Amino acid sequence: MIKIFVLLGGLLAIGFIFWWFFGQHTTQTVAAAVSGERQRVDVEVNGGYSPERIVLKQGVPAELHFTRKDASSCLDRVVFSDFGINQELPQNQERVIQIDTSRPGDYQWACGMDMFHGQLIIK
Amino acid sequence: MSITKRFWVSLILSLPMLANMLLMPFGWMLPGGAWTQLVLTTLIMLISARPFWQSAWASFTKHHANMDTLVAIGTATAYVYSLYAMLTGQAVFFESAAFVTTFVLLGQVFEERMRRNSANAVEKLANLQAKEAEVQRGDRFVKVPLADVQLGDVLRVKPGQKVPVDGVIVQGSSTIDESMVTGESLPVTKQVDDAVIGATQNGTGTFLFRATKIGENTMLAQIVELVKKAQNSHAPIQKLTDKVSDIFVPVVLSLAIATFLIWYVFLGASLANALIFAVSVVVIACPCALGLATPTALMVGTGRGAKMGILIKNGEVLEAVNDVKTVVFDKTGTITVGHPQVTDVIGDEARVLTLAASLEEASEHPLAAAILDRAQALALTVPAATNFHAIEGKGVQATVAGQTAVVGNHKLVADFALTEAMQRQVVALQDAAKTVVFVGLGDQIIGLIAIQDVPKSTSREAIADLKARGLKTVMLTGDNQRVATAVAQQVGIDQVIADVLPGDKADHVRQLQQTGKVAFVGDGINDAPALTTADVGIAMGSGTDIAIDAGGIVLVKNDLRDVDRALALSRKTFNRIKLNLFWAFIYNVLGIPVAAGVFYAIGLTLSPELAGLAMAFSSLSVVTSSVLLNRAKIRTKVRTTA
Repeated sequence: MIKIFVLLGGLLAIGFIFWWFFGQHTTQTVAAAVSGERQRVDVEVNGGYSPERIVLKQGVPAELHFTRKDASSCLDRVVFSDFGINQELPQNQERVIQIDTSRPGDYQWACGMDMFHGQLIIK
Repeated sequence: MSITKRFWVSLILSLPMLANMLLMPFGWMLPGGAWTQLVLTTLIMLISARPFWQSAWASFTKHHANMDTLVAIGTATAYVYSLYAMLTGQAVFFESAAFVTTFVLLGQVFEERMRRNSANAVEKLANLQAKEAEVQRGDRFVKVPLADVQLGDVLRVKPGQKVPVDGVIVQGSSTIDESMVTGESLPVTKQVDDAVIGATQNGTGTFLFRATKIGENTMLAQIVELVKKAQNSHAPIQKLTDKVSDIFVPVVLSLAIATFLIWYVFLGASLANALIFAVSVVVIACPCALGLATPTALMVGTGRGAKMGILIKNGEVLEAVNDVKTVVFDKTGTITVGHPQVTDVIGDEARVLTLAASLEEASEHPLAAAILDRAQALALTVPAATNFHAIEGKGVQATVAGQTAVVGNHKLVADFALTEAMQRQVVALQDAAKTVVFVGLGDQIIGLIAIQDVPKSTSREAIADLKARGLKTVMLTGDNQRVATAVAQQVGIDQVIADVLPGDKADHVRQLQQTGKVAFVGDGINDAPALTTADVGIAMGSGTDIAIDAGGIVLVKNDLRDVDRALALSRKTFNRIKLNLFWAFIYNVLGIPVAAGVFYAIGLTLSPELAGLAMAFSSLSVVTSSVLLNRAKIRTKVRTTA
């Protein structure tokens, strides 16, 4: 009897895992706040990036302020492969990344091991 | 707390439990038994393992899972079960949680160090720059920081100093070691009007030069920028791991639960044993090795290329090189020197050249430049000519020392007498694809000057290397068939496509692409479309900025032999990526079934501790293999000695 409950519990757990990780969940999107000649977005790095999608205005110099709260070495670098940026993120210190917004498009960023991803949209 | 500190804490607290495990067969027991283990492991969990949990939880709330998720769940399961077992008086396995934490941290400590090693090629490049420069201010030279050097400043470089920025020598001469930027191992002699590169090492001379490029426009700064971009670029092969890494952790967690269910529910294993199998599965699966396989190899490979004067722009190029079947060369400036030179003078050399030089002095024709260069090299004094007038389509006529002199092409011959012997020589020279210039004085042709754009001294060897690699070599040129064939024979090219209009180069590349991937080597503005069209565009470093932008690989040294080296390095790097991915996959493909107890029947199992060790070593071995790429031999001589 116990085994049947365990089995059901286990199957439910697997079901939950699939729903939780593969289901459609909305990602947080933030458009940059434009102040004068620049635009900036603060990104918190903690078990991933928040926000995960950033929308920037084309042609306005942009700064992304990354702060890593997470101790994991997985997230200790942030890589924008399209811009040749590979920035180390020391824990709990803000690091500024300048983005060239001259060309519109969809760009990806990722952690140093390519496990966590973020999306950058310039339009 | 840093990873290193967390590792040491975890190691020291684990040691008593390790001793307990090893010495148990000899009758030694840890004083305090399970209670001591509980205290030690709880400390490890609180101090060393807590960040794993925090990171795992933060990821979880964002619907993500990573390696920390696996470690956190693995260790937490072992720990919580042991608490339960202690309460109910069963065997505990606290040490599994402790050892797994220690091993995973050990792996991360090493990995962090190795990753730092693989990334420092660019820093080393950037650090090559001089810190200050001696700039002429008024009539004195003053030392200023590098950032204060202005465009057009005159700078002084003393023996043994570094050249601060790019420029052109205006006074003095020296030999300069340019190996740090171009990879050229021999020092290069530089005189007035020669270009010098910032960050190169001056030899024994003192010279003054005018700064032509400063700041981020210098060659070094641009190389650093290129390498940075390349190192962080994506190789197409990575798309596979991108996909895998997205689903990897949740799938592994599900597999672990399934493992537990099968053992506990269907095979009737005890709760403890079923849990151990599940924990092993969670712990051995390491997505990190997969994620690290490509970027680390790319980083080391492109960094090493930069040191050799071969700039590989991105991972895509690297991957494309692997399947290249045909290498297409532009002729002028790539295979040949790029400007015509006098190769033969028939007749009295000094007399013929002097006369030709005085007539051509005002001309801007490339053939005229060749004649003037030669006259200058021989230190001839050239008398002034008067009464210039051009003979349409034939050449130029003028009066020198009271006599009428002419210089021109074969159409002139009709008006002049030509000896039988000279006639034969004209044919011989033309057969060798040389352009023949006739020099006449009075009504006599007194000599012939043969001019040709000669192949670079290294071209022949470079092409032989490529052929030895089994590649087909093709030359594409706008020159006529005869000239092209002659050059091709001199350097050993397989196929010649001559009379190509500049705009058609890309079309010819496209045609060649039908039989396999094509690499195009070129340097001119007109090569840019072909460089872009080809699967791999290789731009010569001496070329125009447009060509360098269009190319996927840039050869800083301008040495054609580097084409072969570039191909060898790219292949080596790409093979290393494949090897890394193979190992990373194998770890998981073999490791997970073993950990799940599939081979239990034949006695092959993996405890959580061993699984933790294996996991630490999988990412470590991948990074090590990438770093070793720095030592790998780049074989350029594929030719057998026979």
